Amino acid sequence: MILNRDLVIIGAGPSGLCAAKMAAEAGQKVLLIDRNPQLGGQLIKQTHMFFGSEKQYAKTRGFDIAKKLIDDVKKYPDLVEIWDNSTVVGLYSDKVLTVLTGETYRKVQAKAIIVATGASEKVLAFENNDLPGIYGAGAVQTLMNVYGVKPGEKIVMVGSGNIGLIVSYQLMQAGVKVLAVIEAAKVIGGYKVHASKLRRLGVDIITSCTIKKAIGKDKVEKIVTVRLNEKWEEIPGTEKEYEVDAVCIAVGLSPLTNLLAMIGCELKYVGELGGLVPVLSKDYETTIEGVYACGDASGIEEASSAMVEGYITGLAAAKKLGKVHPQYDELMVDLRKQLDILRSGPFGEKIRKGLAKLEGVKEVC
Amino acid sequence: MSKKDIIICRCEDVTLEEIHQLLERGYTNIEELKRLLRVGMGPCQGTTCMQLIQREVSKFLNIPIEEVKTQKVRPLTMGVKLNAIKEGACDES
Repeated sequence: MILNRDLVIIGAGPSGLCAAKMAAEAGQKVLLIDRNPQLGGQLIKQTHMFFGSEKQYAKTRGFDIAKKLIDDVKKYPDLVEIWDNSTVVGLYSDKVLTVLTGETYRKVQAKAIIVATGASEKVLAFENNDLPGIYGAGAVQTLMNVYGVKPGEKIVMVGSGNIGLIVSYQLMQAGVKVLAVIEAAKVIGGYKVHASKLRRLGVDIITSCTIKKAIGKDKVEKIVTVRLNEKWEEIPGTEKEYEVDAVCIAVGLSPLTNLLAMIGCELKYVGELGGLVPVLSKDYETTIEGVYACGDASGIEEASSAMVEGYITGLAAAKKLGKVHPQYDELMVDLRKQLDILRSGPFGEKIRKGLAKLEGVKEVC
Repeated sequence: MSKKDIIICRCEDVTLEEIHQLLERGYTNIEELKRLLRVGMGPCQGTTCMQLIQREVSKFLNIPIEEVKTQKVRPLTMGVKLNAIKEGACDES
């Protein structure tokens, strides 16, 4: 049996939830699918308060933002159907999705699809990188902030982007000793305010430094770091050992575009946006009509941008299906302005450069 | 550096040494590496290793990473029991 649904949104993180809310507000029926038992995506692991503007819930903790966004979609019980614990395992060019919920395999025929699958973590290639105790930052946040489990007692953080800095701080709050944060680049990647918080707690942030190898029998016991020169080559003799029982890798994210690739959406490699990203219209429609992508799946940015992109995509997809939001024009103008603001300033430079590389197909600020 | 202790594809337990050996034998296309080593064919379907492999190919051929073509992505994104597919197809007519 094939179930018929008009608009299917894959992923109920910040972007998918916002898309669902806007589409429902326009009167559009939505099926929202998420593979996790809890909706909210990465927001549910974020115990810190967000920056940015009031419109994207600045000064609110991530998990509270998730609650708000979930409440928003639950206001439309007649319009928004939710399948949690459900993974979209296949996407086909006739807009049929196959979905696995436990042991149940279902097929859904959609009229339009929004892919808001988020991102996956990048990994590093170093000796013994498969030893137990070596985690991605996402796993550390899940263990600590969702399940209340400490990943270790003594840890080195690899990567000083905002995720690396924030997770280091959260580890310290949980009573885990962060021996150092190391960063391969010459400068700290994340916001200075996060870095300063760590330094005040006495955590060393060492730039031009990377992990050379992990050592241990059944699990990681030690790691060796090494300094890098201008050409990113190891400088012999600068090795340093740390005794650890865990290592956290926070070296960036890449968009989860496997479903988009599967149905043949045009993808382009843009390093600044995290890797392969879909080519999009200014309404976030991919090169396949009626298939949209937003949030980290369309290029790595902050949760705030993912929310705004979700709103825009929800409005656009609903309009495509004949449900025009009563304030469509005003909302679109305002949302695009919000995105411009979020991407302005020095921290938005990388995003702006990445979007420019997509050659104006995705709206460039 | 011990290349045999650097895991590139953790699902299929493929090392950097194995990747380099094949690159040197002329297998510089990710589809070829995939067929010979099963990289990207495990539970995560290449989500974890693909960028690492792209980088190795890019370094070996001395071309920008943007130009290294990635694997063809096909359904399914994860393991599904045949029985589940069978049951799902039962009432389809």
